[in-house]
Amino acid sequence: METFVFYIFSAFMVLSALMVISVNNPVKAAFFLVLSFFASAAIWLLLEAEFLAIILVIVYVGAVMVLFLFVVMMLDINMVQIKKGFVNNLPLAVAVAIAMFATIFFVVGGESFSQSVFTIPDRHGADYSNVAELGKVLYSDYVYSFEIAAVILLVGIIAAISLTLRRRPNTRHQKIEDQIAVKSKDRLQVVKVDAQPRKYEPAKEEQK
Amino acid sequence: MNFVTPDFMPAMPEIFLLTIVCAILIIDLFLKDESRGATYMLSLIALAATAILSFTGYSQETVTTFNDSFILDPMASILKVAICVVVMGVFIYAKDYLIDRNIYKGEYFILGLFGVMGMMVMVSAGNFLTVYLGLELLSLSMYAMIAMQRDSAIASEAAMKYFILGAIASGMLLYGMSMVYGVTGSLDLANLNKAVSTADRIVMSFGLVFIILGIAFKLGAVPFHMWMPDVYQGSPTSVTLYISSAPKIAAFAMMYRLLVDGLTDMHADWQMILIILSVLSMALGNIIAIAQTNLKRMFAYSTIAHVGFIVMGVLTGTQAGYGASMFYAIVYAIMSVGGFGMIALLSRAGFEADNIDDFKGLNQKSPWFAFIMMAILFSMAGVPPFLGFWAKISVLQEAVNSGLVWLAIVGVVTSVIGAFYYLRVVKVIYFDKPMDNTPIKASMDIRMALSINGVAILALGLYPTALIALCINTFS
Repeated sequence: METFVFYIFSAFMVLSALMVISVNNPVKAAFFLVLSFFASAAIWLLLEAEFLAIILVIVYVGAVMVLFLFVVMMLDINMVQIKKGFVNNLPLAVAVAIAMFATIFFVVGGESFSQSVFTIPDRHGADYSNVAELGKVLYSDYVYSFEIAAVILLVGIIAAISLTLRRRPNTRHQKIEDQIAVKSKDRLQVVKVDAQPRKYEPAKEEQK
Repeated sequence: MNFVTPDFMPAMPEIFLLTIVCAILIIDLFLKDESRGATYMLSLIALAATAILSFTGYSQETVTTFNDSFILDPMASILKVAICVVVMGVFIYAKDYLIDRNIYKGEYFILGLFGVMGMMVMVSAGNFLTVYLGLELLSLSMYAMIAMQRDSAIASEAAMKYFILGAIASGMLLYGMSMVYGVTGSLDLANLNKAVSTADRIVMSFGLVFIILGIAFKLGAVPFHMWMPDVYQGSPTSVTLYISSAPKIAAFAMMYRLLVDGLTDMHADWQMILIILSVLSMALGNIIAIAQTNLKRMFAYSTIAHVGFIVMGVLTGTQAGYGASMFYAIVYAIMSVGGFGMIALLSRAGFEADNIDDFKGLNQKSPWFAFIMMAILFSMAGVPPFLGFWAKISVLQEAVNSGLVWLAIVGVVTSVIGAFYYLRVVKVIYFDKPMDNTPIKASMDIRMALSINGVAILALGLYPTALIALCINTFS
């Protein structure tokens, strides 16, 4: 049963990955990528890596792919331009791909990672917490790597902000911080005007 | 579970650097553009202090901490000091250039410092994870630094190229690591050596090929060198200074950690691959450099040739060979930072002195800087008594000692070919008439630093024994 489920999801993953690079419409390609993420999350579930499976769905499907879809929809991608020369290069590309696949397959075929070399990992009961185990090694054995990963994220933030933040004084954009900080005094100015008797002036319009 | 607090002392330079960079990041937010000099000074102080901390941490023993993911050995201490000193030079040379181009921002220094941190992590990496994370920290900082000059189309193009090719190389490296991890079940480089004998040999070699591919890309060895000329030329000189110098030291350390610390037992496998990389790099780099008229491109190809030498030292597989290679990497960084520093010195607002013709008649404008440029170029060409000569000879000696005489001959022949394009620039400096008579305008610190750099190349070349002995002793 488990093997059957594995093959189903593997087939889903491989086929949708193929579709990602072969469909014409970039939005459809993005959706196929989502499907292949789901399939790999399911395979992780089979491996009892629940936390990783959930993270894959939440982070990649939920956040990254949605952003990606936004970008794809905003850009005007001319597929005809990109596909130019596709048919001409196809035989060469297929030949290279098959050659690569064949060499890798013959060098590191299934034999090297088969069950005769590796024992099947132990099954854990329902009380086994994947998250707790991950957390334990992450904050003890791998704390150095974990901290460096945090620094990489910080660099990512700095890089993204410094590359996109630019002040353009001429554009008419809202200055939100000024709007929030505004007081009633700034908006309404009460000007005291002394009451004066009004002199009569003859209307000038009539003379024109 | 029992949790043991790791020993933080060996990682003191990294911890100090991270703390102070975060402090500089916050301080820089509150600075006005006129007082950006404070960020510059603080960055230099941070680097100097980190170098001193690394130096005081020097010990002959190898210390590991953080569950073996951090190694502190003599090589790590020396390379960390070298990286900090070289990057100090980079910041000093870059300052005037950045001001002239209106890109004198705090981010340049902050990203540069984070890059230094990435290099330090790579230098003392103890397992696959830290090698990769250090590499990504360095690369990410460099991509952003290149792209920072937003109005320049050529800089954006360089950043894009570097980013995409760098991502592919990282992917290859990770693929190789995953293969090796798959058959050995160990991320630790130290454990890897124990596991090699029992592991599946074929899959190991397969993973090894991909790991070497990643390393070769980061070093810029042929045939993974395509990005270098475009990226060196396209980046602002302030950033070319950075990416061409210290990261090569870190790439050497990465090669050493992965191949020697991790996979010594597979020396016979990786030696053959490295020989091919080395021969191709020396030949192609030196020959194509002849055709260049742009100095930054020429230096890029000369870097490729130098990388061939760095690889040659490592592939001998002897302790002395690693020492010679390490010496070469440090010497290369000193020469490269000086060479690009000269370009930054002669450039001014709206003018890039990156063509060979821009150096015409430099001797008439400033005999002193003409002399320094000559020292740098002669050193790169490997003319005695300059420093580069000793670097070349120590690597060649080790190649001969380990029986690779033909490889040493290839090295010598390609170096002689390479001497042509260095001497052509020297000829232009001394015997041609200047194109214009604009005097060199530069602040005191860049003049001082370049003078020290040039004199160091000559002085260390006259008395090379101390530095050579330091590098050789680290591995014995």
